[in-house]
Amino acid sequence: MKPARRTILKMTPDARAAFVNAGFTRRGFIKSSGALIVTFSAASLAARVGFAQGGPGGAPSGVPVDRLDSWIAIAADGRVTAYTGKCELGQGLFTAQAQLVAEELSIPLSRLTLLQCDTSITPDQGTTSGAQSHPTNFNAGGLALAAASAREALVKLAATRLNVPVEQLVAVDGVVRLTTDPSRSVGYGELVGGRKFEVAIDKNAKRKPSRDWTILGKPVPRLDIPGLVTAEAEFVHNVRVDGMLHGRVVRPPAVGATLISVDEASIAGMPGVVRVVVKNSFVGVVAEKPWQAIQAAGKLAVKWTPGTGLPNQRGSYEYLRTLPSRDTLVVDSGDVEAKLAGAASIIKATYLYPYQMHGSVGSSCAVADVRSDGITIYAASQNVHALRGTTAMVLGRVRDDVRVIFRRGSGCYGINGADTVAFDAALMSQAVGRPVRVQLARKDEMAWENYGLPFVIDQRVGVDASGTIVAWDYEAWSAARGGRPGGGNPGNVATGFVAGFQPGAFAPRTPSPAPTQFVADNNTAPAYVRGRVAGKDGGVGTVQSERALTHRVLSPFFTGPLRAPERLQNTFAHESFLDEIATHVKADPVEYRTRHLTDQRLKDVINAAARTAGWERRLSPKPVSRDRVLTGRGFASQACEVDNSYVAMAADVEVNPSTGAVVVKRLVIAADAGPISNPDGLKNQLEGGAFHGISRTLLEEVTWDDQKVTAVDWRTYHSIPVGGDIPHIEVVLINQPAGKAMGAGETSIVVVGAAIGNAIFDATGVRLREVPFTPERVKAAIAAARTLGTR
Amino acid sequence: MMMTLKVNGRSHTVDVDPTTPLLYVLSDDLGLRGPKFGCGLGQCGSCTAIVGGRAVRSCSTPVSSVGSAEVVTLEGLGTSEKPHPLQKAFIDEQAAQCGFCLSGPILSAKALLDRNPKASDADIKQALSGVLCRCFTHQRMIAAIKKYADGRTA
Repeated sequence: MKPARRTILKMTPDARAAFVNAGFTRRGFIKSSGALIVTFSAASLAARVGFAQGGPGGAPSGVPVDRLDSWIAIAADGRVTAYTGKCELGQGLFTAQAQLVAEELSIPLSRLTLLQCDTSITPDQGTTSGAQSHPTNFNAGGLALAAASAREALVKLAATRLNVPVEQLVAVDGVVRLTTDPSRSVGYGELVGGRKFEVAIDKNAKRKPSRDWTILGKPVPRLDIPGLVTAEAEFVHNVRVDGMLHGRVVRPPAVGATLISVDEASIAGMPGVVRVVVKNSFVGVVAEKPWQAIQAAGKLAVKWTPGTGLPNQRGSYEYLRTLPSRDTLVVDSGDVEAKLAGAASIIKATYLYPYQMHGSVGSSCAVADVRSDGITIYAASQNVHALRGTTAMVLGRVRDDVRVIFRRGSGCYGINGADTVAFDAALMSQAVGRPVRVQLARKDEMAWENYGLPFVIDQRVGVDASGTIVAWDYEAWSAARGGRPGGGNPGNVATGFVAGFQPGAFAPRTPSPAPTQFVADNNTAPAYVRGRVAGKDGGVGTVQSERALTHRVLSPFFTGPLRAPERLQNTFAHESFLDEIATHVKADPVEYRTRHLTDQRLKDVINAAARTAGWERRLSPKPVSRDRVLTGRGFASQACEVDNSYVAMAADVEVNPSTGAVVVKRLVIAADAGPISNPDGLKNQLEGGAFHGISRTLLEEVTWDDQKVTAVDWRTYHSIPVGGDIPHIEVVLINQPAGKAMGAGETSIVVVGAAIGNAIFDATGVRLREVPFTPERVKAAIAAARTLGTR
Repeated sequence: MMMTLKVNGRSHTVDVDPTTPLLYVLSDDLGLRGPKFGCGLGQCGSCTAIVGGRAVRSCSTPVSSVGSAEVVTLEGLGTSEKPHPLQKAFIDEQAAQCGFCLSGPILSAKALLDRNPKASDADIKQALSGVLCRCFTHQRMIAAIKKYADGRTA
């Protein structure tokens, strides 16, 4: 570690602010050089507050998750610094986690500094994704347990100090005092300020009961929004370090194209150019200024092999069925064919879901400083600890050399370009020996990101004479390639791949082995089956004869988790199909849902949404109409991953049969995600997710030609603008103060496709089974139905 | 070449290639955080700045075309301590998720409402027809803009 003075002078403004917020002045720090530091040595404290420039890379040993000092530090003045491994992605988690720590530690929010995701100073909590942050940090483990441990440790210390039993003490507003005599108290700063706790996390530490919450559970305004609306907040895009250069990548022009040669002379003499960087098929240009790098990269003459060719997009869904696949049976009662054969009638349908992109509004950006004595990466990665390992692999260095510091990025909704651009910056910094910032071109972000998976889903059910479902058969084909790089697969994203690493292996497997436990993660099985595997019901439905079989094939494009991965595609198919079945048996779709469900919480959100929407019990579709604009209503619901939140949605739409335009007028969302940490934050997530779902349902689809992706900007990949049609969104929150915390970032989006499709059916009598429901598709479907005389 | 820009009420002299888009001068030469590169094509609004009273896409506006016009970025409106009333409306409505796009909705609305304080809902929609927010905070943003507009005309 370098001397404190040098490292501090090199802090970014935000690092300095965090440093000051943590209770230390620069002068105080330099003077004290360790003595003033509460719970860490001078060197590790400097690391903890996020200085970074020029210092050595990562700490060799990591941050031990079982030690209280890894999570909570208390300064002499009583200020608390907490360290979390789950980061703010725009979902409001920073504020919710701050509320959690303040609540458990009984301090006002203003006395807390929360530092997130830095490999040198925060615990490794894996990836911030998959609606898992609340389950991880707000239940009986993680940050909640650490904060509760800290409170109990403080009470114990106070018991010794005040010479009273712990039972007579209570922690309130940053002090521990006698329950009977508030004047006898001792502050947290007095108890541990200047020292470490030096204890393990107490696995039995008790969370505060939710009835006592005064900060958690309240609609605390987000702590970061004032800084966001005034541009005081630092994004990774704003990170500027001394001596920093700017890089621009040159990606292959076609899928499968590899580098033949680069003619560096083609940009000779262009202003500011520092270096052309080549590694396998990775090509980048480094220049003094970003505009210089962009212009030089555009002029650089590069020869590539032809691409390997792409399947025709028309017909690509059928093509998926023909490829070698890895097969997985999620559930199989073994009697589906027999039950179908004996059913009063059989209903079948096939649903199609396209490749979609994360499409972050800001293209991805990272800053890397690769030196012989250490590597520092600023990235908006969802997993800084994993990125540490893969960055080391890409650079041919060791993991301990690398420090990755999270800085907020443009909303990602899953794996956007945040990791891949970190590799871009690292490769270029390594080549030039100076810090390099890279922000991807829009086309490079869009053409090479890890898309959400395309799906073909065949559904089949048998119903008995009373209209009850007696057997449900699901079979799906989806395509995947690469994914999150994790700790060891840099080839799972574009830059690692062009730099010479392969994506994680694909191993076909047919037939599938029998399931050994019910896997609910992807909502592969519909909510209406019981999900019985190994004698245990893993599902929330009544249908006993059940089969769900998936075929995973290899994708030509990189894929990865996109907001509610697979759960969304499956829910579209399940909830659309349920509506088709209800129509077939002449049942009201809401009543028909609850008839096949066992889970009361799911039924409760269904009933709440129906009630709030004023759902009128009747059959779909509405009678044939020749009005200029048709109106309809649709419903959909889901138990996300069976037990990670419950949602129901009623949608009102308008359809113009002559243009095919669909306008969503109103959405009612009822959701239950356990105990609510922040009602307004939860509402913001549910609203945003629902609207994101409208855009994905009506507009979004990755397109390609025979060589390359053609959806490369906002003219070729469509997103509803802020000035577009905005539905009236009503949210009904069901709080479960005594329940376990669940994720809610994916809750509302999963049901939108089916709710809209079902509403279009109600309005027009036309069933759309392929997303997106573009005006062309809607218009063509209505015209076909009218020509055939079915409407 | 050397040129002088008036940004957020202060003059700055910079030495830049005159074809450089205004965005890079603001974010790299002047170190401003407000205008951000979203697409570089004028299609999303994340780079929005107000130039001479009009909301422009700084990613596709050559710096040489700015001349002596006053440039205002998000940080030119107010601070978190003293936010501009439009920024305050965004805070009050909690109209942000990731916050990357905010130069687009806030400055597009401000330029419109400065020009036409009685702008209709349709005018507001029109002004935001090319502004993207991929977190889809649209409902809250429109509510914040209307709240600000109503507050000014009331």
